[in-house]
Amino acid sequence: MSYVVITYLCLAIWLYLLLGGADFGAGIMELFTSGKNRRTARQTMSHAIGPIWEANHMWLIIAVVILFVGFPRIYSVMSVSLHIPLLIMLLGIIARGTAFVFRHYDAVKDDMQMVYNRIFVLSSAITPFFLGIIAASVLAGYVDPAAPDFMSAYVFSWLHWFAVGVGVFTVALCGYLASVYSIGEAETEADKRYFIRKTQLMTVIAFAAGGLVFLAAVIEKIPLWQWVFGNIVGTAAVVLASISLGIMAYAVRKEKTVLPRILAGFQVTMILLAIGYRHFPDFIVMKDAPNLSLLHDQAPEATMNALGWALLLGSIFILPALYYLYYSFQHEAKEHSEAASA
Amino acid sequence: MDDFLAARSQMALSLGFHIIFSCIGMVMPFFMSVSHFQWLRHGDESYKNLTKAWSKGVAIFFATGAVSGTVLSFELGLLWPRFMEHAGPIFGMPFSLEGTAFFIEAIALGFFLYGWDKFNPWFHWFTGVVVGVSGLASGILVVSANAWMNSPSGFDYVNGKYLNIDPIQAMFNDAWLSQALHMSLAAFAATGFAVAGVHAVMILKRKNVRFHLHAFQIAALFGTIAAVFQPLSGDFSAKDVARRQPAKLAAMEAHFHTEKSASLVLGGLPNEDQQRVDYAIKIPGMLSFLAHGNFEQEVTGLDRIPAENRPPVVVPHLAFQIMVGLGMFMMALSVLYFWALWRKRQWLRASWFLKLFVAAIPAGFIAVEAGWTVTEVGRQPWIMYGIMRTADAVTPMPGIAYSFYLFTAVYLSLSLIVIFLLYRQIKMVPELYDRPAQQLAAA
Repeated sequence: MSYVVITYLCLAIWLYLLLGGADFGAGIMELFTSGKNRRTARQTMSHAIGPIWEANHMWLIIAVVILFVGFPRIYSVMSVSLHIPLLIMLLGIIARGTAFVFRHYDAVKDDMQMVYNRIFVLSSAITPFFLGIIAASVLAGYVDPAAPDFMSAYVFSWLHWFAVGVGVFTVALCGYLASVYSIGEAETEADKRYFIRKTQLMTVIAFAAGGLVFLAAVIEKIPLWQWVFGNIVGTAAVVLASISLGIMAYAVRKEKTVLPRILAGFQVTMILLAIGYRHFPDFIVMKDAPNLSLLHDQAPEATMNALGWALLLGSIFILPALYYLYYSFQHEAKEHSEAASA
Repeated sequence: MDDFLAARSQMALSLGFHIIFSCIGMVMPFFMSVSHFQWLRHGDESYKNLTKAWSKGVAIFFATGAVSGTVLSFELGLLWPRFMEHAGPIFGMPFSLEGTAFFIEAIALGFFLYGWDKFNPWFHWFTGVVVGVSGLASGILVVSANAWMNSPSGFDYVNGKYLNIDPIQAMFNDAWLSQALHMSLAAFAATGFAVAGVHAVMILKRKNVRFHLHAFQIAALFGTIAAVFQPLSGDFSAKDVARRQPAKLAAMEAHFHTEKSASLVLGGLPNEDQQRVDYAIKIPGMLSFLAHGNFEQEVTGLDRIPAENRPPVVVPHLAFQIMVGLGMFMMALSVLYFWALWRKRQWLRASWFLKLFVAAIPAGFIAVEAGWTVTEVGRQPWIMYGIMRTADAVTPMPGIAYSFYLFTAVYLSLSLIVIFLLYRQIKMVPELYDRPAQQLAAA
């Protein structure tokens, strides 16, 4: 049963990055868009993420609950050593979530909209940046709860070049996901061409940011190269992701809508796999202490069984309903755009 | 401010904020569904508009509640890592189920908000009901986790180790039923009175009267029924606390000395040094009766509790008085409302009557906060009653005071913005939900 729980944990993190990432990206795109185009981008994205954004947020909560119920030691070490970035990420989540709701539901559309927008855009970038920092810190090997002084226990555990690099990369990935996603949501030809250009730009930025991560790893003496290319799975993941980039260029030129989305999701999955595979089952790489592992630092068996069943039962209710929600609104959006083009 | 106090304050602030949003978020969908039902059944346009207006309110509160709930799931670890490390596997079950309930709520809300004129009307109505039911289920599950802190069970505590963990038994701990019942009724009463009061203001202003009258009736019905049953559930809770947590009962009643036929202390200011209560009204034998069901029985006082295990007295006692006082006020107003419905229909539009409801807008939520203060402060110095002290659970990270200041600023501004938004929603009712033309047509 513990493998069921681990699968759900990975699934929740993966879906949060894919779906939540596209949400964050919507705000990030606004950051990179100017003038009259910003309005187009905003309207398209607001229309696209409106119905389901509440649901996307849930993946993060599920991951957190799985951690504190099933892997309490991992949760508590993260909470202590990465207190500060977690706190900033939370503030980002608060600001972003409320600003989005407020701008959506404010009955009067006036100057307050500008305030909501600014908060929304800014927090859309800050939150994934710190998510990236947290993800990097977990693997970087600087987590040291036994450190004697404040700085090494609570600050240098996450403040290093590698984490900053991954933070920037995460932001770029979110922007990339959102721009790919937005192509299919465009209502006019001009918008579509605009979003395609945006996607090309975001691809370049994400690529450059990925390079930065490797550079930062070299500076911090983190064997990232070894992690990714030291085993067949990591290498294969990178190769497949590169091939899919080629297909992507073709699909975008052919103005396909669904295929680029699948490919973008695939690429992000491969990136997670390339970095995560080498470490499994370790979840936190510690400094001067045994790593915390998903297999060894579990809750007692009775808890893992109960948690596993709760997740399985929950899925029976959630997945069909969620699928029907996506299906209904995709279907509707399609009819909407067909009506618009006719 | 020292770190321990800052951590407790930050937790109190976050929960105090979340509790209001989640109460409204879980109760308002029921109002919305009743109104929606009226529209589908009788085709009265103003009910449709009311449903739409309320669903906006639900969305605002749901989303804000979702965000503050996400924050709490992290804060548990950020502030109390040592508690979570041991408690997580034991009391985590309700949280994992709550994840499901909350997810279903989010999906159903997605269907409801964006599903107008797209689905079979009764399916659309049903999704609104699902929002309410799953919200209520989430609330009950979270309260069950809190109840476990008051009544830890589902494990054996041997030499500092937590053995033989049974998460299901932990979820159905001794306190869950009384707490869940009391909190659910409180949510209905508080939200019902607050919403009814807001619409009463608009009726008094003679704006969109028909619209607001419908709204008032639905909200008041839920609020008053809950308020009438609440004292019964309170009695059930008090007897439960007397049995499980005599120290908490003694603190909330400011009962310093163990005695037979103990008197009930109404109001007053407890003096912890001198162990007496000044300026209070005492009803002989009443505390024995309320706690144990007969006027003679001995009630454990704080003198039987070792000094290091005693909760503070002033805060729980005063909070308890506030909660009970407001509860009584709301019950009295409910009885008056039923009387009006039965015999004095003309009162329902009388301004003195509506003004009473306006006065009751904050009553329920003040009572909710006060009651929550009683249960949390009354549990001190324990985070896990009788097992782990709050002071042993706090994070080792220094400087929590700054994070507390930050959160105070954030929550304060969020509250202000939400109030501002609701004010604008209500102000826009004539333009958005109930145009004069529609009113004419309806009349």
